[in-house]
Amino acid sequence: MNTEEQRLTLTEKIFSEKAERIVKAGDYLLLDVDVALGNDITAPVAIKEFEKFGGRRVYDPERIVFVADHFTPNKDIQSAMQVKMVRDFARTHGIKNFFDVGKMGIEHVLLPEQGLVKSGDLVVGADSHTCTYGALGAFSTGVGSTDLAGVFFTGKAWFKVPEAIRVELKGKFTPGVSGKDLILHLITLLGVDGANYQALEFTGPGVAAVSMDSRFTVSNMAIEAGGKAGLFPVDAVTQEYEESRGIKVNPRSADEEAVYSRSIEIDLGTLEPTVARPFLPDNGATISTLTAEKIKIDQVVIGSCTNGRIEDLRAAAAVLGDEPIAEGLRCIILPGSQEVYLQAMREGLTEKFVSAGCAFSTPTCGPCLGGHMGILAEKEVAVSTTNRNFVGRMGHSSSEVYLASPVVAAATAVKGYLCGPDDAALERLT
Amino acid sequence: MIREGKVFKFGDHINTDEIIPARYLATTDPDELAKNCMEDARPGFGMREDVSGSIMVAGENFGCGSSREHAPIAIKAAGIQCVVAKSFARIFLRNCINIGLPIVELEQTDAMEEGDYLKIDFNAGQVTNTSQGAEYTTNTYPEFLQQIIQSGGWLTYATTHLAPQWVLEGERLNG
Ligand code: SF4
Repeated sequence: MNTEEQRLTLTEKIFSEKAERIVKAGDYLLLDVDVALGNDITAPVAIKEFEKFGGRRVYDPERIVFVADHFTPNKDIQSAMQVKMVRDFARTHGIKNFFDVGKMGIEHVLLPEQGLVKSGDLVVGADSHTCTYGALGAFSTGVGSTDLAGVFFTGKAWFKVPEAIRVELKGKFTPGVSGKDLILHLITLLGVDGANYQALEFTGPGVAAVSMDSRFTVSNMAIEAGGKAGLFPVDAVTQEYEESRGIKVNPRSADEEAVYSRSIEIDLGTLEPTVARPFLPDNGATISTLTAEKIKIDQVVIGSCTNGRIEDLRAAAAVLGDEPIAEGLRCIILPGSQEVYLQAMREGLTEKFVSAGCAFSTPTCGPCLGGHMGILAEKEVAVSTTNRNFVGRMGHSSSEVYLASPVVAAATAVKGYLCGPDDAALERLT
Repeated sequence: MIREGKVFKFGDHINTDEIIPARYLATTDPDELAKNCMEDARPGFGMREDVSGSIMVAGENFGCGSSREHAPIAIKAAGIQCVVAKSFARIFLRNCINIGLPIVELEQTDAMEEGDYLKIDFNAGQVTNTSQGAEYTTNTYPEFLQQIIQSGGWLTYATTHLAPQWVLEGERLNG
């Protein structure tokens, strides 16, 4: 006989641990959070709310993290004022984890890398892609600025424990296929609201073969299916990653008999490079069905909180080989953090990109949200490793974005039209 | 907490654009927002005198669409006592609680008619349709959630019940 304790999803386990009692999907809880995140767009709103409600001193500066990444290095006076507000607030309140130009990275690349979020943590962030840290087996979700201000006052946030969808992985990626293809495939299966209210939980024998960087990519886009979180179990891969950051964690996974709202099985070995066509992330298609259309591309963007990690840059560089990028195409590479930037230099990737004719930028969100550093003009078409391809997301409202992996993006950069890696590129990837 | 009033009935998937159209978002003044509440679902709604003190009843996925907090603010400022729907969009639900707008999830909203008189007892988890003599049970919210809603929202609750005095007075507890 199984007791209640032995039938929990990973989501329920993390919440139960934090609540110090067994909790189930549907329960409402008021809990201390381990980390609360704000960026240069959302933190100023929370700061104003905090002050409006009479806040003078934040409850616990240690658990607050601010990253200035969206419009930095500041693109105009307004964004400079926003960041100044956050910088001043951090100084006044002794918030050490404020990441400014020269030290910053894109928030969701930076926090795990710096060891600021870890397995088993409960994290809220005033940014919808806060779900990224589910890759570490943390429960981490996007909230509003009001919730962030609430943490300034109390260190707490309220939660409704979500139900979970089980995504059972088996097999292993073939060369040229990675986490991005998996998540675009899954979002296409679920639809952009298929996981509303719910957490996605990845399980099964295939998980072990999914790298940490691929897991971050997958968890990052859980929200694009409406998911509140996207969780991976804590296994040997996570332990190795955490250990490299000086963090020791124990394995953790859902119970065998956990109750899920739905189960989906995916054989990683059958996945092909997949892209999401304009204008929704669930508009997926395999690259083989699109190559023949020879869709001409004006700009390729490789980076963002989805695919701005070292493994992504390595894959892109391998696909480029010694080829220059196509005539008439622009390619912008954005490493996700200073650490990724340095590592790319050490490995000679930066030189390869620049020699091929790419622009290599300091970390920033920049073009991902149509902010700066690569805005699309009228009717331009982009292939981007980011996570949203809504109308006008990266620039003019008539521009179009295809979401893809670094492998597809780099292959496209070389050929000038939307395509996957050729045999020689695949050879270099294995 | 008890909320009661006359029913105004809406359908499924009422989105935040219908609740408060983007063209009225230039202001954050609750009273201004209230005037345009539900404008694209039922023109003129926000201007009616009998809206204040009423109950809004709807179907599935109420409040879907953008995450704008203006939507629950407009409903609350219009004097709506409570929204009863089969289900709510996630961010909308979060926003309602954060700004202190009472909501109830109830499967049987199809049975309710415009103009019915509804009484919602939050502590007992009971919804009574006095016009039809029907009674329904609903999930009760935990104490803290009811208090958040009653006190007018998360930050009001947080500052009056949870935040230590030094957070509001500006002295650090320990250096
Ligand atoms: S990279 Fe794009 S999706 Fe990620 S945090 Fe920045 S703007 Fe948001």
